[in-house]
Amino acid sequence: MVRNVGVTMRNLASALFVAGLAFLLLVLTGAFEFGAPPMRVGQAILGVAPSEVGAANLVTSVVLAYRGFDTLGELSILFAAATAGGFVLGRHQVRRRGGEAGFILRTGADLLFPLLLVVGLYIVLHGHLTPGGGFQGGVILATAFFLPVLARPSSPLDHGWLSLVEGLAGAGFIAIGILALYRGGEFLQPFLDKGQLGSLLSAGTLPVLYLAVGLKVGAELAGLLARLAEPGESAGEGAA
Amino acid sequence: MIWLVLGIVVLMLVAAVAVLLFENLLAATAAASVVSLGVALLFVLLQAPDVAMTEAAVGAGLSSLILALGLYRLGLWRLDNPEAHGAERGGDNA
Repeated sequence: MVRNVGVTMRNLASALFVAGLAFLLLVLTGAFEFGAPPMRVGQAILGVAPSEVGAANLVTSVVLAYRGFDTLGELSILFAAATAGGFVLGRHQVRRRGGEAGFILRTGADLLFPLLLVVGLYIVLHGHLTPGGGFQGGVILATAFFLPVLARPSSPLDHGWLSLVEGLAGAGFIAIGILALYRGGEFLQPFLDKGQLGSLLSAGTLPVLYLAVGLKVGAELAGLLARLAEPGESAGEGAA
Repeated sequence: MIWLVLGIVVLMLVAAVAVLLFENLLAATAAASVVSLGVALLFVLLQAPDVAMTEAAVGAGLSSLILALGLYRLGLWRLDNPEAHGAERGGDNA
């Protein structure tokens, strides 16, 4: 009897959820004409961004220059999520899992680690020139540093170092923003020399900001993945 | 062009239904990452390489890795059928 009620409640909840989703979609398709009203801010940014910011990649000039504060919000959300994940998964245990992974995984990790490192750093440092940037490159860096953990579980990542890199990168991002304020601009407004459009050292502070984003995202996600891979209470022989 | 898009969409739909139908949770995770890969390809076709890179790195790579590691933490990581071995813990030779 009780079980029946539970099943009915669950079906009712699912039906309510689907109905709500259908209602929202109906409103979206009914109330707004597709492509209208036209977004004029995009055209305006396309016109002035290359000369104003100096980044060859327009997406980066929007993400870091025109909407830099949004990126800071994005970073804080990621930070909150990673912190909550670490909180749920528990403190770093010094317990060491014995043994190593198989030959293929170990050799593959050794081969892939430098390649992933180079690709990740390339994507981070060329964020203002080519597609990609701090977030994408940071994720690749995180997977690069996670591979050795998979291959050699007996030598885990040092969470102290990761926290240090993460904190310094986040503080650096905010410090550059405050420096822009100090120089008389808006918060996170790009300064420094714009350089030549398309060269590596161009677009003022954008590469530095993206380097900070990449290091922060990479350290955060590597720490989260390493914590997830550490044996939990159920897998180990109990807390020490 | 339209056939390529149609093929990708059909592949994504098949993978999405497969996520629901697979008994093996690890296989379901792999199928979910196929959906993300299809989205990334569609972003490339729509000439949004920035978004495509994010989708490929986060959607196909990182989130399936997190799901798989979650399965490992929960003791649900099994490479074979759930009925075949009850308490086997994989991951040591994966």
